[in-house]
Amino acid sequence: MTRAITSDDFDAVPEVTRLATGERGGLPGVQSEADAPPNPDELRDDQVDGPELSARLAKTWGTDQGLIGALSTVDHKIIGRRYIVTAIIFLFLGGLSAVAMRLQLAQPESTLIGPDLYNQLFTMHGTTMMFLFGVPIGEAFAVYLVPLMVGTRNIAFPRLNAYSYYVYLFGGLMIWVAFMLNIGPDVGWFAYVPLSGPEFSPGKRADFWAQMITFTEVAGIAVAISVITTVFKLRAPGMTLDRIPLFVWAELVNSFVIVFALPAVVTASAMLILDRLVGTHFFNPAEGGDALLYQHLFWFFGHPEVYIIFLPATGWVSAIVVTFARRQAFGYIPLVLSLIATGFLSFGLWVHHMFTTGLPQLGASFFTASSMLIAIPNGIQIFCWIATLWDGRPVFRAPLLFVIGFFFIFVAGGLSGIMLASVPLDSQVHDTFFVVAHFHYVLIGGNVFPLIAAVYYWFPKFTGRMMSERIGRWHFGLAFIGFNVAFFPMHITGLMGMPRRVYTYLPEMGWGNLNMLSTIGAAIFFASFVLFLYNIVSSARRGPLAGPNPWDAGTLEWAAASPPLPQNFDRIPVVTNREPLWAHRDALPVVAGLSVDNREQIVSTITHGRADLKESTPEPSIWPFIAAVATAILFIGSMFTPWAIVWGSIPLIVALMGWFWPKPSMEDER
Amino acid sequence: MTAGPSKPPAGGAMLPHSIVLNARQMPSYAYGHRSPIWWGTLGFAAAEGMGFALAIGAYFYLVFINGNWPLSAPAPDLFWSSLFTLVMLASLWPNHMAKRNGGREDLAKSRRDLVIMSVIGLVLLGLRIMELGSLHVRWDQNAYGSILWFLLGLHTLHLVTDIGDTIVLTALMFTRHGHGKRFSDIGDNAFYWYFVVASWAPIYLLVYWFPRWW
Ligand code: HEM
Ligand SMILES: [Cu+2]
Repeated sequence: MTRAITSDDFDAVPEVTRLATGERGGLPGVQSEADAPPNPDELRDDQVDGPELSARLAKTWGTDQGLIGALSTVDHKIIGRRYIVTAIIFLFLGGLSAVAMRLQLAQPESTLIGPDLYNQLFTMHGTTMMFLFGVPIGEAFAVYLVPLMVGTRNIAFPRLNAYSYYVYLFGGLMIWVAFMLNIGPDVGWFAYVPLSGPEFSPGKRADFWAQMITFTEVAGIAVAISVITTVFKLRAPGMTLDRIPLFVWAELVNSFVIVFALPAVVTASAMLILDRLVGTHFFNPAEGGDALLYQHLFWFFGHPEVYIIFLPATGWVSAIVVTFARRQAFGYIPLVLSLIATGFLSFGLWVHHMFTTGLPQLGASFFTASSMLIAIPNGIQIFCWIATLWDGRPVFRAPLLFVIGFFFIFVAGGLSGIMLASVPLDSQVHDTFFVVAHFHYVLIGGNVFPLIAAVYYWFPKFTGRMMSERIGRWHFGLAFIGFNVAFFPMHITGLMGMPRRVYTYLPEMGWGNLNMLSTIGAAIFFASFVLFLYNIVSSARRGPLAGPNPWDAGTLEWAAASPPLPQNFDRIPVVTNREPLWAHRDALPVVAGLSVDNREQIVSTITHGRADLKESTPEPSIWPFIAAVATAILFIGSMFTPWAIVWGSIPLIVALMGWFWPKPSMEDER
Repeated sequence: MTAGPSKPPAGGAMLPHSIVLNARQMPSYAYGHRSPIWWGTLGFAAAEGMGFALAIGAYFYLVFINGNWPLSAPAPDLFWSSLFTLVMLASLWPNHMAKRNGGREDLAKSRRDLVIMSVIGLVLLGLRIMELGSLHVRWDQNAYGSILWFLLGLHTLHLVTDIGDTIVLTALMFTRHGHGKRFSDIGDNAFYWYFVVASWAPIYLLVYWFPRWW
């Protein structure tokens, strides 16, 4: 039998002093308004119950009808849903550009696509996948799920969160519109100087790339800060550090990596655009600048980027493995420590992308060693997941199938990665299709397969309906076969010497058959996504109703309705166990006493998760949307004249003032 | 009871509640790290501090690549920047007072302190403009000029942001919104100002003194 939770050990609700701080709000000796007794006229949730409570809270926390209402919403679920859908649309756009490339490469000397369009295609593909899909998708899931999983009603800083979504959306739209107008960037997803500099890339193409970075990274940092604060301060009472769901841990570590890594790429792209637009010389060796400075800044971000893409996926995998293994995670503490270690180590590795730039010998060895070191926490995680499944009673539903697909593909990608971490081999296959094969095994194995698993898993929560299991199995088969047929041969074409980023090749090279095979695989892989889309759309309409907890999972998001009501929970849960819903099968312990008429939620302490304050959180507002529009005008305008920074800041300031100024009726909000 | 869950029901129903804690008497806001906004401010300070650190790193990188520094330009003048630095240091005192009087929820003194901080901010902005006007190098002259303007520009951006924030908060305190949680906001605004001052110190040394010592 399994070592599962027993109700006697954990589930007793501790005494009140361990659940609440009982401290005053004002500073010592100060008669503070914070401690004023609650207004007796305000209805509180210890006075109503049942459907009436639900209905009243839904009204308090709801989003208004109509366009203005939709653009004013601060509901993390609505914003989160938009984030997820938008990121997946970008995944499809990136995928379409990949299919176009694969069609071109299917045969030698193909004339389907010329060199200029091909350059734009691989740049748009890489840029879209990394910046418009890879980073946002993990944050998107955090926006939707983290508040639910920690048992609160909205994300911290909900207006900032709404703002960041629109900024991200506008940045993505900008670069795709530019591409449609045939002025898309064509300098590769990392836009190395001098190629992307003023001398070799005149025109606006590289500017769009650099400014897209500004948009998406501002958004990314803002969301990360909201997520960190939500996890630190808004956890349900009783959710001590060692009861935080593994998914939430993964998103927390991810957010930290984002906060420290993204400023590097913003710095790089800001310097690039300054070099291009106002004649600075950061990367111009003739005037004391240096091109490698760009590479250092870029890869200081670029390597952690891989983990920004991978860490949320580990969270999805952990959640799914635990639910479908029907037991608590094996090695919770090692799993959390590995996440944290991965976060730290991800910063020690950037130079391995620059092995071929001629670094000092010792430096290169150091970075080889630390590149290999990161295999340890990754290995520990995979071991713990397998042990959890081994020791549980796994139920092989579609989410778990995709997780198993992830294990195989990701491990294969890790193996070719270890090969690449050795300087001699890297020097040999650098910039060939071997590298392309490697990073697609890592990225698609490490992110896209877990993502699909996560969609199958949480779809019932998002929509209230189940996805078709039968189509899910077909989907998995097609995706797994298609992926491997597409990408495995690229290892060989790479070893045969085929360089990446070439729009065609000669028949004498003998790469034709393998490339045809890759293209067929890509078509199958793409077909699997079409099937996925069909499953999503048809299930959202006609799938069987899910109920709150269709998988009988243990974490708090499954205590909310499917889809959750605007308030998430009618009362904030009290947590006594890592899998609260497995520990309390008959009745959920909760906190009462919060306002029914105002948006109140519990603020708690960081380590012990003791309830500390009942704070109100912001009402909906149109100003974040307006601020995002003003930001877009400023950023886009500044590509055409530096003065846009001056006149463009005026509407932005107005919007920010509207944002922060309290509404006449609402007193305590920000 | 052994294994966690039993046979999965088809989605189940909502769980009934058992109330174990009442939040009615809990305070509605608090100061410093008890407040979520404080953590948000810290988060932005961390991200922006990272930006400063990287820009400083880039400065040193360019110094080592070039060897001679500040390339062909003379070292920048000390007058305006040092005056700026002195005013910045002096502002720490009223900033501290603003934080303290905010914590005491003393409206009259908070208003006074915020007005002082707003004026100081505007004075600093004026000094910054003089400082930029007296540099001996343009951003498009060479890489030294570029990184110099980059660092000063980055810091000016933070200066302007904080001044804007302070002025709005000051105005707010003179309206009927000037009570309750706004006092806690004064503390967070003061906290961000500490960051603006602290990030200036290394930049000042680097930009104005380092070229003299190199
Ligand atoms: C439909 C599935 C996909 C296919 C068929 C595909 C195909 C390709 C091909 C053929 C290239 C090389 C182009 C060249 O160098 O000539 C490429 C580059 C790239 N791919 Fe993918 N890819 C797919 C999905 C993804 C995903 C999901 C990601 C990231 C999450 C990704 C990230 C990248 C990046 C970063 C590059 C490098 C772009 C550059 O050289 O600047 N790809 N892809
Ligand atoms: Cu790397």
